Amino acid sequence: MKFQPTKEGYYGQFGGAFIPELLYPNVKELEDNYIKILESEAFQNEYKNLLQHYVGRPSPLYLAKRLSEKYGATIYLKREDLNHTGAHKVNNTIGQILVAKHLGKTKIIAETGAGQHGVATATVCALMDLECVVFMGETDIKRQAPNVARMKMLGAKVVPATSGSKTLKDATNEAIRYWIQNPETYYLIGSVVGPHPYPDMVARLQAVISEEMKAQLKEQTGKENPDTIIACVGGGSNAAGAFYHYLEDSAVELIAVEAAGLGVNSGESAATSQLGDVGVIHGSKTILMQDEYGQIVEPYSISAGLDYPGVGPLHAFLHESKRAVFMNATDKEALDAAYELTKIEGIIPALESAHALAVLPKMNMKKNQVVVINLSGRGDKDLETYIKHLEA
Amino acid sequence: MKKLNEIFTEKKNLLSIFFTAGFPKLDDTAKIVSELSESGVDFIEVGLPYSDPLADGPTIQDSSQIALQNGMNLDIVFEQLKTIKKTNTTPLVLMGYLNQVLKYGEDKFCQACVACGIETVILPDLPMIEYENHYKLLFEKYGLTNVFLITPHTSEERIRKIDAYTDAFIYVVASASITGAKGEISQEQINYFERIKAMDLKSKLIVGFGISDNNTFTTACNYADGAIIGSAFIKELAINGVKGINDFIKSIR
Repeated sequence: MKFQPTKEGYYGQFGGAFIPELLYPNVKELEDNYIKILESEAFQNEYKNLLQHYVGRPSPLYLAKRLSEKYGATIYLKREDLNHTGAHKVNNTIGQILVAKHLGKTKIIAETGAGQHGVATATVCALMDLECVVFMGETDIKRQAPNVARMKMLGAKVVPATSGSKTLKDATNEAIRYWIQNPETYYLIGSVVGPHPYPDMVARLQAVISEEMKAQLKEQTGKENPDTIIACVGGGSNAAGAFYHYLEDSAVELIAVEAAGLGVNSGESAATSQLGDVGVIHGSKTILMQDEYGQIVEPYSISAGLDYPGVGPLHAFLHESKRAVFMNATDKEALDAAYELTKIEGIIPALESAHALAVLPKMNMKKNQVVVINLSGRGDKDLETYIKHLEA
Repeated sequence: MKKLNEIFTEKKNLLSIFFTAGFPKLDDTAKIVSELSESGVDFIEVGLPYSDPLADGPTIQDSSQIALQNGMNLDIVFEQLKTIKKTNTTPLVLMGYLNQVLKYGEDKFCQACVACGIETVILPDLPMIEYENHYKLLFEKYGLTNVFLITPHTSEERIRKIDAYTDAFIYVVASASITGAKGEISQEQINYFERIKAMDLKSKLIVGFGISDNNTFTTACNYADGAIIGSAFIKELAINGVKGINDFIKSIR
């Protein structure tokens, strides 16, 4: 089990819990309880029930015929975009809200980039009648207006993060500061980032994606393993979920796609594995974008969900150990991939997921190669961006 | 430079001031240190400005951002501190975030501290387990000591452990909080101070976070060996600059 974390939350040299003493009791409480809760029958029953009847799982595994023809492979789309609230994020929020309830917490805080995690958190808080505060960068509030409106309608308070680049990193800083000041709250992290046990807990909750993939592939192809899995990576939760049950099986090629923004070396990019090196961010030792003095560099991507200067410690380890191949896609490549999928398959993907699709033209595939692309979210929230660039 | 432990044995009700290196101006470090020393401050915390200071409130965040815009970096801070080493007698403590140390190079960072006469560092995001597994040995190698923070939520067991690891002082965070002046000290905080005091720890106790004026300083000193003022001092610097330092310190005690 090379890709499971140690007791202290380390994947190789990455992970751990680099938190101020002020957060120690909260993180310790979670660390001591999360596995017990996740593995309990009560949790499993409730989690599975909600995933089926509330989220609409299992999400379909769709053989994209025209896309397959175009790229000369057998391409399946794992349709996380069809989940309630429009992305894979809800798998995690359903699970964590149940964990929070088991711990007796009544107030939930979260950070959000594209707003998908914020919406998914506000949704489960409405469902469970819990108070919800979502931190969101001021820049992201502007570029993801529909999701801000949804969160407010769901009863969440949206607090703008006004420091730094006013995006996901800064929203996470603000959420952590609020948590320090209000230790009775439960911090519902949206990705496989943050101090241990969050990366492991979120990966376990997103693992339902690859669990279903196995059964669905078996049914549709006769084999539970694909040749290749492709997923986009910002913090990395959808990729962690899509890779999870295949991590130890090196016959399955794993491809993580980062956002290159205007180009990896343009100075406007979020391709952390290419531009970053080892450091500590948001409580975790990982790869991050920083200058020579350890100041964190502001990332850039057209996609608010990938606009993050770090990456989850599991992914840092997958990169270092070469278990996963790290590719990247520029804003333009992602937009083109989104327009293409819309035209030939009738599916409008989220900008984040479009990055995963965007590497298809760069790959050398065989006709019978079975490829699963994790279509992590739908594009409703990105319509304004899509329309703007379509006209341009 | 005097040693922190000399100050601790000589004096009571210690007043410490935190400032962000490079704020308000890049070259203010030497002036601020000498003004603080002359005003009778007992030891000084030099903050290394960081892009993502998780444990700091808006005042110190803003000062850090300005310092970084001014071009401050670790090489410059160490250069400035080396220059004042001969003339300055007030002990200096360095406060920064772990990522700065990691990127600068752990050994290089420690060597630079030693070269500036600094023996004590505060890294609020350095967890105890990482200290035990790695940094304890590293710091010992260079004769450096680490300051741990405790909060109202830190368990007695953990405080005892921290006490055993402490050479300089324990940083008693006045409330579950990020830095920033609150203006007064509540009964709840006093209960917490009394609880810590009653534990009869071997280490000196210095209260920080939320100390801003004569009233909060005096109250904190009733229960601890001294207190640290950060945000309130940064605010003062932002308004009156270096020339206001003496009056500000006189208003505290």
